[in-house]
Amino acid sequence: MADTFVKIASVTVGAGGASSIDFTSIPSTYTDLVIKLSARRSQAYADTYLRFNNDSGANYSWRQVRGDGSNVSSASGSAQTYVMSGNGADRSSYTANTFGNIEIYVPNYAGSNYKSFSSDSVNENNATQADAMLVAGLWSSTSAINRVTLYPDIGYGDFVQYSTAVLYGIKNS
Amino acid sequence: MADTKIVVDCSTGEVSEIELTAEEVAQREADAKAFADAKAKEEADKAAKAAEKAALLSKLGITEEEATLLLG
Repeated sequence: MADTFVKIASVTVGAGGASSIDFTSIPSTYTDLVIKLSARRSQAYADTYLRFNNDSGANYSWRQVRGDGSNVSSASGSAQTYVMSGNGADRSSYTANTFGNIEIYVPNYAGSNYKSFSSDSVNENNATQADAMLVAGLWSSTSAINRVTLYPDIGYGDFVQYSTAVLYGIKNS
Repeated sequence: MADTKIVVDCSTGEVSEIELTAEEVAQREADAKAFADAKAKEEADKAAKAAEKAALLSKLGITEEEATLLLG
């Protein structure tokens, strides 16, 4: 039976933390990509972001819906230089040693159409506030995705030690 | 804040912890500014919308709860 869900690469952040996690030279031999991130960040902001192929042009848009334990909200961004990927990295203010998680699904990543993705993410916190978020995102580029960079927040903070990211490839047969 | 990034080469599986270049630090600073500007605009838009809503409620002479009841 063919392997249809394959781990391409994984990484765990070391003691010094990391300002980003960068998967490079992603092979184009799969149909879809899945990124799973278990993370905690060094500051109190809520969201995580990503870029494809190191593109910092205004080529990203997204819509998101979020619940935080007492409020629900939605937001969107267009012509952005990065894209919201969820809130799956626990804030530094959340219960010590807890990690949030996020799953990002990128279909047809090697195709020649614009690249869409979806993500779901949750945080862990022993308090009333803990976030859950759904995101639909778009990278307006026809290039095949060969690089995915994950940021704990745009321009701020780090992923802390023991944060883990895994990239999977999915084949349709 | 760490001045390092983790790079995972998917063709080899090699994981490297790399110092950010001057260009990358500059990009991060530009990103932070753009992000802060976007957040400030988002907050300003939210405040403007709240003010508009409050003004409309005041004009109608009803509370937010009463408006919710009407729309429910």
